[in-house]
Amino acid sequence: MTTPMTRAMLEVNELTTRYITRFRESIYAVDHVSLSVGDGKSLGIAGESGCGKSTLALSLIGYYFPPLHYTSGEIIIDGRTITGMDPDEVRKTILGREISYIPQAAMNALNPTQRIIHFIEDVVLAHHPGTPKKEIYERARERFELLGLPASVLQKYPVELSGGMKQRTVIATSVILSPKVLIADEPSSALDVTSQKMVIKMILDLMDKGIIKSLVFITHELPLLYNVTDDIMVMYAGQVVEIGSADEIVFDSVHPYTRALMGSIIVPEKGLRDVKLTAIPGTPPNLKNPPSGCRFADRCKYVRPECRVAPVDLHETASGRVYRCIIPEQELRTLYEHEKR
Amino acid sequence: MNMKSDDIILSGKGVTKIYGFGPNRTVAVDHVDFSFKRGEVISIVGESGSGKTTLAKMLLGLTSLSDGQIYFEGKLRDIRTHRQKREYWKNCQAIFQDPFASFNIFRKIDAVLLDCIRLRHGRRLPDEQKVEMMREACRFVNLKWEELTNKYPFELSGGQQQRLMIARIFLLRPKILLADEPTSMIDACSRATILDMLMDLRSEIGMTPIFITHDIGLAYYVSDTVYIMEHGRFVESGSADDVILRPKEAYTRRLLDDVPKLHEEWDLSTV
Amino acid sequence: MRYMLGQIFSSVRFRIGFSIFAFILLTVLIYPLIITEPPLKTISRGTFLSPGIYVNVYDSIGFSPQYTLLLDGAAERRIAAKLNADDRASMKEWLVKAGLPEESIDTQDTAALLEVWHANFDPTIRLPGMTNADRNYYIRLNTALDGLLATEGATIAVPDATTGALKEQAVVDQTSYVNIYEVPNSRVFPLGTDNFGRDVLTELVAATGVSLIIGFVAGTVATVIGLLLGLISGFLGGFVDDAIIFVTNLFTVIPSFIILILITFSIGQDKRGAITIAVVIGLTSWVWTTRAVRAQVISLRNRDHVNLSRLSGHSTAYILMADIFPYIASYVVMAFILQVSSGILAEAGLSILGLGPRTTEVPTLGLMMNWGMIYQAHILGKWWAYFPVILVIALITFSLNLMQTGLDRVFNPTLRE
Repeated sequence: MTTPMTRAMLEVNELTTRYITRFRESIYAVDHVSLSVGDGKSLGIAGESGCGKSTLALSLIGYYFPPLHYTSGEIIIDGRTITGMDPDEVRKTILGREISYIPQAAMNALNPTQRIIHFIEDVVLAHHPGTPKKEIYERARERFELLGLPASVLQKYPVELSGGMKQRTVIATSVILSPKVLIADEPSSALDVTSQKMVIKMILDLMDKGIIKSLVFITHELPLLYNVTDDIMVMYAGQVVEIGSADEIVFDSVHPYTRALMGSIIVPEKGLRDVKLTAIPGTPPNLKNPPSGCRFADRCKYVRPECRVAPVDLHETASGRVYRCIIPEQELRTLYEHEKR
Repeated sequence: MNMKSDDIILSGKGVTKIYGFGPNRTVAVDHVDFSFKRGEVISIVGESGSGKTTLAKMLLGLTSLSDGQIYFEGKLRDIRTHRQKREYWKNCQAIFQDPFASFNIFRKIDAVLLDCIRLRHGRRLPDEQKVEMMREACRFVNLKWEELTNKYPFELSGGQQQRLMIARIFLLRPKILLADEPTSMIDACSRATILDMLMDLRSEIGMTPIFITHDIGLAYYVSDTVYIMEHGRFVESGSADDVILRPKEAYTRRLLDDVPKLHEEWDLSTV
Repeated sequence: MRYMLGQIFSSVRFRIGFSIFAFILLTVLIYPLIITEPPLKTISRGTFLSPGIYVNVYDSIGFSPQYTLLLDGAAERRIAAKLNADDRASMKEWLVKAGLPEESIDTQDTAALLEVWHANFDPTIRLPGMTNADRNYYIRLNTALDGLLATEGATIAVPDATTGALKEQAVVDQTSYVNIYEVPNSRVFPLGTDNFGRDVLTELVAATGVSLIIGFVAGTVATVIGLLLGLISGFLGGFVDDAIIFVTNLFTVIPSFIILILITFSIGQDKRGAITIAVVIGLTSWVWTTRAVRAQVISLRNRDHVNLSRLSGHSTAYILMADIFPYIASYVVMAFILQVSSGILAEAGLSILGLGPRTTEVPTLGLMMNWGMIYQAHILGKWWAYFPVILVIALITFSLNLMQTGLDRVFNPTLRE
């Protein structure tokens, strides 16, 4: 595993959160997840829909509202534990200042009747009441120019902006207070490729220019993740199944699920047409009552009887790989070799 | 090259669609010409707003043409009456992007499949034969008819619904299948399953699939011939290898540049 | 279906609205089974009898057995009922003007007051500043006070058939009582009677029923027209859409109430039955349903499931019924509920203007308001003739609107809390 050499900006220990349904059933969408993102580092979270990656993003900001409930574990942002804090306190002192979150449809959340500058004023005044509007404007203008957005955008209404521009504006607004950590949940998946590229460039700019210290990027598009983040964490059924550097995960993964996921990547590159895409049969388990053993067992090609006996732990091998499977790394690799032939 | 005209299954000349008039006039599809060869896998690639969905609707006969002609199997397509339309739809079918929006939530799965049997074989088949056909179609897409009967489509997962969509096509056995972003709403792991099934179906019933997609990678993976569409026009077309690996037009190159890849550097300085 | 009903009834708003509406509906259905007399039957010769229990005086006097009750303060209450505070003050005023010292008169002590009065009052004396009317008032008051303190009973006499001489029949003592429930002729008017002497409650229940029918018919007519036009216009588009939307716009611009007034006026008083009025209301209020349905259909007609249905070879009529209508059905139900409620209000509005159904057959809530207004119940303070009507109208529309918002919350998940 690529342990960050630098100080950890975001540290999550055994975080568990759950949804409580109307019928009082618990769905553990994030199940004992631990992660750590260092200063200047970025972490990507990958997985299929329903694997808990979006819930994890919501859980990371420490602001819970029903049906999502905090269950256990801790979130530490730059040495400050935010779990267990009063929700109002989190909203006032943590959100936007220490950690910012961009949800999937962020750009559609803008009130169409208000100018962009108004949202920025809202964000700044919520944390620093009494800041003169002129000062806010100056700060916003500087920040926008730094990020390559024209200052004229500030005086525009959301409808006057294209989708890509709106999304970039939302991101620039959410980091106006220079939070240490940015959580971006599919920030570009509703956009076409050109706008997506611009959004990604801006997010990487935020890191390069030191506006944010760490990035957590969530998407189901693996080629994108590979190009954006240093490390990648793969989730399945609420659990982390493998975590490693982007290269390790994409080209040399250990866990059978990660392997299958990477085998389904389509990119317009030479050689693509000779590859047979991998398909995983079946559907992910129902998290209302997950299987007692390995959660991937029902869909796994290499399943053994002992897989279904007890929960499988995430463990680190001698070579530094972290994954959740009872089959030893060497044995898995031999299986994959056979497969190729 | 001497090409027999019946090799071309669907072709178009000056196909145009204009919406609105006066200041609201928008040209969605602007005089496009094409000829799709029977049995080839064709992809039409374009970003949102390129007019690819409008073109697909015109090919399907769901939208009228403002100008131009479409030829089906060498003859001018005439679908003015409902009867002619039905006849055309026996030959030309579609799979849509969002499986959750593609089925009427008030109709059961059996009704959806029976519709297809009725369109293709009329009403006179005995019930046992209909059931056998549905069973066979479900088996083809790896679903169990016994588990589907009397259920509603929304009770299935996205991937299963898209498979049900393919079962529909299996029953209809059309000559042309328009697949409008068939995999963009489903998970990566189910994507391969869907694409494999479509390809199996193609060899099984000998249809010509036309993929409408924004995903240039998908187009490259599945198709023989690729058309790149921008602002209602085809900017480039040719064999998949030519267009994707050796693009001539600036727009195609830009489109390819903007897609993140694994083995090539993703150049962010170009935006 | 069962799940759907469960969802609907999980909404508190809907439950409250439904309870009120069900109560009104049940009352309308059950009341006529108990009180069977026709609602427009004239019951009293007087008008605007106030709410209360009415006992036949003749029967109560002649009634046997009579009970003798010895109730404390019975005499005072009887006197108090005849001699109110104003009269006492007037008596004091007369006595003071006649020269008696003010402090010697205690208006609360009835016996003492009457004693002083009888000793001093003389109708022939003209006091300074007293008008003729005042004098007559005091003379009337004096006559009424005669025998007020008497303890003997009232004698009932019957004229002899041949001689015409009165013959004593019975003496009713001041301590004589009869049981109200044993008097054969008594009548309860919980809401009094109206200007024609009709029982307001019976009339109100019948009127509520008729108004509900009017609302229902008007709502059905409006919804059916609106739905059909909206479906056709939204789904077909093009020239048909343009034509329908032109007519719709025409109706939108001209206030429908004015059209309503003109139509009902031109129909004429004789031909205006309740159902006619309902149909006319329906014919003038379909516009908003059309627009709303059309907007919904336009957003639906390019959905993939509709395209799929077309590709399966279904006809336009089938697609409209199977692929479009079910999706907007919940919306149409909500629109229908609002149409019913506005139909009831429109009828009330028309009737107040005197353009409601002709008055001889059935009461409606609007007509009751109209009568109350024409006979000045509001000026005379006869609240029972119009206030219960207003309350019922308010309750019906309130309950319908509540049900509608309840449904809205169930069917539009974005509105849920």
